[in-house]
Amino acid sequence: MERLDRKAMAARVARDIPEGAYVNLGIGLPTMVANYLPADKDIFLQSENGVLGMGPAPAPGLEDPELINAGKQPVTLLDGGCFFHHADSFAMMRGGHLDICVLGAFQVSATGDIANWHTGAPGAIPAVGGAMDLAIGAKQILVMMELLTKTGESKLVERCTYPLTGIGCISRVYTDLGTFSVGPQGAGIVDLVPGFSIEDARRSTGLKLDAAALAA
Amino acid sequence: MIDKSVASATAAVADIQNGASIMIGGFGTAGMPDELIEALIARGVRDLTIISNNAGNGETGVAALMKEKRVRKIICSFPRQADSHHFDALYHAGEIELELVPQGNLAARIQAAGAGLGAIFTPTGFGTLLAEGKETRNIAGRDYVLEYPIHADVALIKALQGDRWGNLVYRKTARNFGPIMAMAAKTAIAQVAEIVPLGGLDPEAVVTPGIFVQRVVPINAAAALAA
Repeated sequence: MERLDRKAMAARVARDIPEGAYVNLGIGLPTMVANYLPADKDIFLQSENGVLGMGPAPAPGLEDPELINAGKQPVTLLDGGCFFHHADSFAMMRGGHLDICVLGAFQVSATGDIANWHTGAPGAIPAVGGAMDLAIGAKQILVMMELLTKTGESKLVERCTYPLTGIGCISRVYTDLGTFSVGPQGAGIVDLVPGFSIEDARRSTGLKLDAAALAA
Repeated sequence: MIDKSVASATAAVADIQNGASIMIGGFGTAGMPDELIEALIARGVRDLTIISNNAGNGETGVAALMKEKRVRKIICSFPRQADSHHFDALYHAGEIELELVPQGNLAARIQAAGAGLGAIFTPTGFGTLLAEGKETRNIAGRDYVLEYPIHADVALIKALQGDRWGNLVYRKTARNFGPIMAMAAKTAIAQVAEIVPLGGLDPEAVVTPGIFVQRVVPINAAAALAA
């Protein structure tokens, strides 16, 4: 099968982001989506530490420690970009002003629950940051993750076993083996990589997976 | 004449007491008022409750307070990071209390304190471990969690410029929690790279109006910008 690498996953997500969208890309894998957004279109990247109109990483030597993204990496500001304080930043999320958030996840359930902040392991120091705000923080919340763990267990599940970040908030899951819809109707297949069949997907996830959208 | 400027960081923190609750601005190291914190450490106060986004990065700022074991409790959103070793050690030794708050709820609770609200209903965290035991309400079809304001005795923040009336402008993403923490504390102390004469700040561009700020401390501009 033609499993997507991380760059190809990022490019796949980027294809579904329209011009004019206000977008927050979560820390880690989702950050890579920025590299595949079309340069000739205006897409507004928000970072929850207080930037709208965020640009790419600066050239070496031009980093500014007071111009960083949510992952605390140096970034740049596009012409037309602006800064704001934290209460305004999270009002953009909670208030439904952002169009799209892309998040990483440990697990997503068929009904759109997400677990991505805490494994619940004994002794682990919990840290939540903006995860719970982002999980409910846009008109569409997308997840980008590998479909299976290193030991082959599906991260798209009937019910999350890790502590939840948000309930029923995810609409679509982009993975290395295909794209899935989730929500009140349950999980469905949007597309699958060549060589990974509907049966493969159902067997790997243990979910029924509506394939009507795929057939159409 | 009202002059809120204070000559040194040492003088600015000289009345902070043991057991004080202190908001500290900054997201990671951006906007972290390092010099005010150094002065606080030198003052020797302990049993502090710190409200800040992180629990310290590396060796400076909040991390230095952790290293010196001055903190009894921290209220923050993201304590665990690659360089939070001083907090990690205290946490594992059971020597610090942690109240973990989602970042947007932290901002909203601080803002609520500054705005005089008795509480807020927030959708963030509903149905999760961090809302366990808390009052909830369904309003117009959406579920919310009741959260209370976070007040503090003192806020230590970093801005770019201020004037003697306490008006502030910030620099890039170093702004983060500064404006709302200034509102939520009884005494807001801002370290700035430069104090300008009254009228020197564009009134249309002032971010924090002076009413929210009690002390402004000039810290060497070149060092502050390079930090």
